[in-house]
Amino acid sequence: MTVLEEGIVRPHAAPERASAWGVAHDWVTTVDHKKLGVMYVASALMFFLIAGFEATLIRIQLAVPNNDFLPPDTFNRLFTMHGTTMVFLVGMPMFFGFANYLTPLMIGARDLAFPRMNAFGFWLFLFGGILLYFSFLGGDGLYGAGTAPDVGWFAYAPLTGKAFSRGNSTDYWILGILVSGLGSTGTALNLATTIFTMRCPGMTWSKLPLFVWLMLVDCLLTLVILTPLTAAQVMLLLDRYLGAHFFDTQAGGSAVLWQHFFWFFGHPEVYVLIMPAFAIMNEIVPVFSRKPLFGYPFMVGATVLIGFISLSVWAHHMFVVGLSPAANTFFALSTMAIAVPTGIKIFNWLGTMWGGKIRFAVPMLWCTGFLFSFVIAGLTGVMLAVVPWDWQLSDSYFVVAHFHFVLIGGLLFTLFAAIYYWFPKVSGKMMDERLGKLHFWVFAAGFYLTFVPMHFPGLLGMPRRIYTYEAGRGWDELNLISSLGVAVQLIGLSFFLWNLVRSLLRGEPAGDDPWDAWTLEWSTTSPPPEYNFEQIPVVHSRRPLWDLKHPEDPDWRYE
Amino acid sequence: MTTASTGTMAPPGAPPAIPSPWTLPDKGKVGMLLLIVAESSFFAIFVIAYLFYVGKSLNGPFPADVLELPILGSICLLSSSVTIMLAIRALRAGNRSGFNLWWLATILLGLEFLIGTGMEWYGLIVRHGLWIDTNLFGTTFYSLVGFHAFHVTVGLLMLTVVLIFGLTRSLAPEHAERTEILSWYWHFVDTVWVVVFTVVYVVGR
Repeated sequence: MTVLEEGIVRPHAAPERASAWGVAHDWVTTVDHKKLGVMYVASALMFFLIAGFEATLIRIQLAVPNNDFLPPDTFNRLFTMHGTTMVFLVGMPMFFGFANYLTPLMIGARDLAFPRMNAFGFWLFLFGGILLYFSFLGGDGLYGAGTAPDVGWFAYAPLTGKAFSRGNSTDYWILGILVSGLGSTGTALNLATTIFTMRCPGMTWSKLPLFVWLMLVDCLLTLVILTPLTAAQVMLLLDRYLGAHFFDTQAGGSAVLWQHFFWFFGHPEVYVLIMPAFAIMNEIVPVFSRKPLFGYPFMVGATVLIGFISLSVWAHHMFVVGLSPAANTFFALSTMAIAVPTGIKIFNWLGTMWGGKIRFAVPMLWCTGFLFSFVIAGLTGVMLAVVPWDWQLSDSYFVVAHFHFVLIGGLLFTLFAAIYYWFPKVSGKMMDERLGKLHFWVFAAGFYLTFVPMHFPGLLGMPRRIYTYEAGRGWDELNLISSLGVAVQLIGLSFFLWNLVRSLLRGEPAGDDPWDAWTLEWSTTSPPPEYNFEQIPVVHSRRPLWDLKHPEDPDWRYE
Repeated sequence: MTTASTGTMAPPGAPPAIPSPWTLPDKGKVGMLLLIVAESSFFAIFVIAYLFYVGKSLNGPFPADVLELPILGSICLLSSSVTIMLAIRALRAGNRSGFNLWWLATILLGLEFLIGTGMEWYGLIVRHGLWIDTNLFGTTFYSLVGFHAFHVTVGLLMLTVVLIFGLTRSLAPEHAERTEILSWYWHFVDTVWVVVFTVVYVVGR
């Protein structure tokens, strides 16, 4: 007989009332992974609204030809800040927020391996973001006034050199990202260590929830790619402040080397951002299809493969630089190869839904929407992997449409799914279904209205990052439709914000397990107590809660 | 499986036993290994930049004119990996003074390496007029060797903290695991030096 205690005991948390000061003190000094997770997601939402505002200004400027709504230099700052914010201050903290909150709950642990380092990582990220935005006020620009960075989110040399980027705006870009990057490195290390060392008894590698598997691969990928960006940014600082010549072409330095260094980070980063989307799909699709996930081992294998292959595709961002034909061929082939494991994932999700009793609650709506838009994103991605096609369309609006399909239709759709799905666990209250459905349909319509037409000005030759264009090139109507789509998206978004506030104030009580789900986080109270589980759970299968609810037919008989 | 066709299932019985005790790797060790992975990636970029720019400086001084093999420093740093191992072995055996002695030796050897680097830099800057803005060699040399020296310095600070614990007799054999985790960092710094030595003083010269 085993000496381990069986079953999962539900803890009872007594609600406490505290003063506003007490609450604030509690949040600022906390090392609890759940509070930090919530703060990550909340800060990411705040930065998301800011970046969305910037995007709105950009689309107003581009709505009609010869527009002078924004001056060109402001336009440069806006697209730089929009891109930088969305990648580093929205995508990354969303990843770390959900990973922070859910990983310990899903593996039956009480916190991360290094809770204080976790708090440190969060505050580094937040202050890195604030430092970046402080540039609007404090960045000493060319005219001595405050200016934000205007070098684009990938900050190509030699534009970032002292001669071309005077003042401090580029330094704010370097330091803001460097600081938040150090936080991200620490948090990725922390999460991976937690997954390696703190799984509850019985949770072997083949019983680990796929969400956690994806987060592990994602964290390891982050560890390998983020420090190279830090290194390249240090080089750029040395160039700017000590007169080093890393990217200084006049002293024999190489501007192309920066591109290699940046994209060695930058392309795997796209996979770092999209893996949380896959992770969320892996949890939500089975629960709302009422079936275990189809092809668990293939899902794990595909994830690990994506992790490895993503390290060898970076130069597909550089086809127009003039690399050797051998290099172009290699990177085209590796880019096409990475579509294979990604395709396996799509088929596994379809296989999960196939024959299932699908419930189209709001989280499942977003996940289904993801399948459609992510397949389109993947297809345009494979098109761009074809070198001559890329020569034609690199730096055009086709590319912009492609990666917005990945990051909005892919990532953001599933992030909304995740918020609707786990909000009841975090707050103890349900989100409103009717508002949620309005949010989904209006936002999805706005998204397609903006980004489907955006492919075509690209095909017709419209370059990205131009602040205006002349009439009569066939771009006018398409751009106007894109801009109108933004208005529709904003309406959809307002349903979401209203839903969030309303549900927080007077949402219906959720109970422990509103979706009849199967992973460990649903076995504790909503919201979970600080210690998560009164007793560390013991698992025998991939769906421990199924085993508990169906003792007559447990999963471990089949796995 | 005849029972399956009738729709009734056999009672599941007891689940398969879970290995007891349930042991997973040590947090500190995994954390340190992952830190080493991240740091390796960081150094790799500086090493690649160094190799990429070998022989591309537009003006002198060039590596062949000014660089000398830092033999003494290298021997010191590499042997400090041995002394730190001996220190931990002594701690495990409960030999406190042996630990303090070997640990102090490790620090002194690391310090000798840093002094060697300092003297080398002094010579390069003052006698040869090579600084980070002189040419690509200066740029890549000072950043790569400098970041390594920075890591040695951080390592020495941590080693010194442990030495203080050792001298105040607050270290016991049960702390051997933790000192070993710290020693992994030190071994990593040594390994990076092997790479830097090869790249800068052998290949790059």
